[in-house]
Amino acid sequence: MGIRERLSGNEAAAIAMKQINPDVVAAFPITPSTEIPQYFSTFVSNGEVDTEFVAVESEHSAMSACIGAQAAGGRAMTATSANGLSLMWEMIYIASSLRLPIVMSLVNRAVSGPLNIHNDHSDAMGVRDSGWIQLFSENNQEAYDNLIMAHRIAEHKDVLLPLMVCQDGFITSHSIENIELIEDDKVKEFVGKYQPEHYLLNDKEPIAVGPLDLQGYLFEHKVQQAEAMRKAKDVILEVAKDFEKMTGRKYGLFEEYKMEDAELVVVCMNSTAGTTKATVDELRAKGVKAGLLKIRVFRPFPAEEVAKALTKAKAVAVLDKADSLNAVGGALFEDVVSGMFVSKVNVPTVNYIYGIGGRDTTVQDIESVYNDLSKIVENGDIGNPYRYLGVRGDK
Amino acid sequence: MHNKTDKDATYEELTIGGNIYTAGNAKSFKTGDWRSKTPEYIVENCKQCGLCFNVCPDDAIPVKEDLKRRDFDYDACKGCGVCAKVCPFKAIEMK
Amino acid sequence: MSNLIEIRWHGRGGQGAKTASLLLADAAFNTGKYIQGFPEYGPERMGAPITAYNRISDEPITVHSNIYYPDYVVVVDDSLLESVDVTAGLKKEGAIVINTTKEDEEIKKLLNGYEGNIYKIDARKVSMETLGKYFPNTPMLAAIVKVSGVMSEEAFLEDMIGSFKHKFAKKPEVIDGNMKALEMALKEVSKVN
Repeated sequence: MGIRERLSGNEAAAIAMKQINPDVVAAFPITPSTEIPQYFSTFVSNGEVDTEFVAVESEHSAMSACIGAQAAGGRAMTATSANGLSLMWEMIYIASSLRLPIVMSLVNRAVSGPLNIHNDHSDAMGVRDSGWIQLFSENNQEAYDNLIMAHRIAEHKDVLLPLMVCQDGFITSHSIENIELIEDDKVKEFVGKYQPEHYLLNDKEPIAVGPLDLQGYLFEHKVQQAEAMRKAKDVILEVAKDFEKMTGRKYGLFEEYKMEDAELVVVCMNSTAGTTKATVDELRAKGVKAGLLKIRVFRPFPAEEVAKALTKAKAVAVLDKADSLNAVGGALFEDVVSGMFVSKVNVPTVNYIYGIGGRDTTVQDIESVYNDLSKIVENGDIGNPYRYLGVRGDK
Repeated sequence: MHNKTDKDATYEELTIGGNIYTAGNAKSFKTGDWRSKTPEYIVENCKQCGLCFNVCPDDAIPVKEDLKRRDFDYDACKGCGVCAKVCPFKAIEMK
Repeated sequence: MSNLIEIRWHGRGGQGAKTASLLLADAAFNTGKYIQGFPEYGPERMGAPITAYNRISDEPITVHSNIYYPDYVVVVDDSLLESVDVTAGLKKEGAIVINTTKEDEEIKKLLNGYEGNIYKIDARKVSMETLGKYFPNTPMLAAIVKVSGVMSEEAFLEDMIGSFKHKFAKKPEVIDGNMKALEMALKEVSKVN
């Protein structure tokens, strides 16, 4: 039936970690994810979990400790944000290339500078090519649910990749909202025991992890990572099916909101998707055929599926909460349009960079995007495809 | 599937992440071609004292059941010269 | 979402406006509502103006932005009336409730002709009489419940006693005082005419 509760996004993530009860949590505090290891260390002190909590001296060490623990044969988790993730950078790649299914709670925040502690997606976008699975969460419920599903996906024999669950810093991490929790025993059963096939502390099989991998090998090992990422799509859907059986909550690679007959479509991720749902409802009440495509799985990117879902649209706006500073457009925009091009879906599509550094994004802001889309449909001219939403001095 | 480490294995055959699941695999890597100086075994000077083979970092001096050393395994010998240094009887010469 | 109520809190860092907004969210949650309670984080310091928000609804809430057109505004410190535009966007069908001892005319002058209902309460008096210390957030919480009618006073008091028992498990002696503060505040709120 579930447990009706009200929790902040950070509380929800910490509770999920408590229910998962990993072998090791290694973390270093950084705003706005600090509360996650803080709450979790309380669970450790109170004996509510039997996790080894490693209070490391930096994020580089946090990820290193997770890598060591996971390679040894344990289940390791961590949480971080922005510059904390930047400091992990070197070890982020090591984790994925050693194929260690570590799970991270990433509370998205702008990567400095200039110094900013508020939400955008520049931290997650910075590691989008690092070989980590990236799941995005609209609210506290999805941050919790995604974490409960995370290990089943990451540890699957066809996958064996690390996974990060993203949620918006402050906007959902520090907002108290309703949530439905799953009973402890059900989570335990769903997540299951971690049984790696090969691990360092197995005295029956001495192994070497992370050997020298030169010209004759690295290419093949990268193809293996790419293969695992491709296969992860099916595994994510499989796990979602089991999760739905347990909770009734349905998850896909992305969520389609009022898309059946939608002509004007916004594509976005995380909390803005919720604000966009409210906007779609308002516009639908006025007879505007608005729809939302909310990306849940950003890595692996469901290019073909997204393109197919956009076939019937008349105009599309892709919202990026991080600028790629490449003079072309944001990362999500590039993935969506390249997917459309390859699938021969030719719908006028524009990009909006928005919400940088925690700039608030309102229903009125999103409504202006739909208005722009309807003008594009009227005029048949997309104009500048690389746009900004809510910036001062925009032309 | 995912159980090989040899140079011709495809990405589907190679162990994932390049992990090595067998101990003692140094034998399968021929380090002999790293050698710039080569030790020569002078049998007539050798007293079989046993000092040389246990300082060899590459197990390149074979010893049989009779506990007597044989000639060098040049597939493995890197030519480091440690054996020549410890030999009191001039039974190993670096060339 | 016609039953959606949006509330904005203005206070100063350390006065408990954020806590009050979370307590209100808690109380409304316990009556079966969907809620949001969140502060707007800035460079927070003791004494700096801070803003916190509540959304309360019978239906799930998906919007994740600050509140610019609130139904209600709570002002925890009346010195903010001179520096912050507290009625910005406040709906005229809504109301503002202010912790103040100022005269009605003076309050109205400070609110730049706000046309909606104005309520005031002397939270300092309530707090000093019931708690012996100045904690404005408890009386202001009761005041906004009364003014907004977001839940019945009975349900509110019943829920709060449970919350206080939990919150003050190690200091049970303060539960009574806090309950008295709520009860007194419900009576002390008055309309500015």
